[in-house]
Amino acid sequence: MHEYSIVQALLARVEQEARARQATAVHRLAVRIGALAGVEPELLASAYSIFKAPTLCAQAELEIHTVPACWACPQCGRAIAPGAVLRCPQCGAAARLEAGDEIILDQIEMEVG
Amino acid sequence: MCDSCGCGDPEIVAVELHEQILAGNDRTAQHNREHFAAHGLFTVNLMGSPGSGKTAVLEATARALPGGRRLGAIAGDLETDRDAARLRSAGIPAHAITTGSACHLDAAMIHHALHHFPLRGLDYLFIENVGNLVCPAIYDLGQAVNVVALSVTEGEDKPLKYPVMFRKADLVLLTKVDLLPYLPEVRVETIEQALARVMPRPALLSVSARTGCGMELWAEWLETHRQSLARRTQSPSRGDYEEPAEGVSAQYRCASQNANLGPVAQRPGTSVAAATGARRPGEREG
Repeated sequence: MHEYSIVQALLARVEQEARARQATAVHRLAVRIGALAGVEPELLASAYSIFKAPTLCAQAELEIHTVPACWACPQCGRAIAPGAVLRCPQCGAAARLEAGDEIILDQIEMEVG
Repeated sequence: MCDSCGCGDPEIVAVELHEQILAGNDRTAQHNREHFAAHGLFTVNLMGSPGSGKTAVLEATARALPGGRRLGAIAGDLETDRDAARLRSAGIPAHAITTGSACHLDAAMIHHALHHFPLRGLDYLFIENVGNLVCPAIYDLGQAVNVVALSVTEGEDKPLKYPVMFRKADLVLLTKVDLLPYLPEVRVETIEQALARVMPRPALLSVSARTGCGMELWAEWLETHRQSLARRTQSPSRGDYEEPAEGVSAQYRCASQNANLGPVAQRPGTSVAAATGARRPGEREG
């Protein structure tokens, strides 16, 4: 379950940022997870609740924003519905993923003492 | 401490980052990529389910590569170094990474393995990832291409069930096609149709490590992509190698060696190369 290793990377980055700013605690984290990122939000949340205990995030809420997959033609911009053949029916170009593969840490809310 | 009103409450600040959570892995992967380039190596991240035939494909690849080309392998498994041992007995320099409970390889594991693995004299480095169709897709290792082995016994709808893995693939190797005559319910066309819905540039090569069928085309695919990377590395102004040029992939989309699969391979939208050489009982050579 790679969600564990993603949470470990997340906590390490947050701790680094919090210490650099001499924060005493972290209140909230906001992350963005795409539908095609290969990360299951529920598993991420449960891994987070396990690993946060000994860190500055012990009391911090994890806010997960999910992003739907969005495919489009890179030439004419036409949207291609998820589940459809990934080729533009108009110009034949291979579809491009415009959104939906994010594994991103957006924001940290911390208490600066 | 809040110093605007003097209340003594701690101050809450919101720090905007908008960073990749796996940025650390990506940096190590980039370092690996530069290391591979410095050694003139073409690196393939070979993924697939447990039992999809990854190790057998590597054994057959060593036999199929044109004379003088040498491959090495780093093989990841949860336990045992059996795959690496098997590859070494096939004459392939191989190093095992035993991940314990980790379900995938990451860039740091590869970086560490490289310290123990001589790359000199090699043209190709294959990273045989942990057998798993989910987690390995997420971690960049520094490879030039992702190849997914999918065996004919796994089910035609596998690509639809694991879209993250197949979206990242530059090529899908349909393995064990020598079994097709015994699997009348499995249609290569259905697999191609599934791939077209998850891979923007679907490319499928049918191979059998046992009979050697399709291995020549696979070796040619590797060689074409290796040379394409070498050209890009020599002219860095053209940017990093990210994916094979459209023209290069297209050659393989229409290169059907099997008349039974020819029309499928050439139908617009699926763009697949098929070279099974396998026929169902009762079918005659076309």
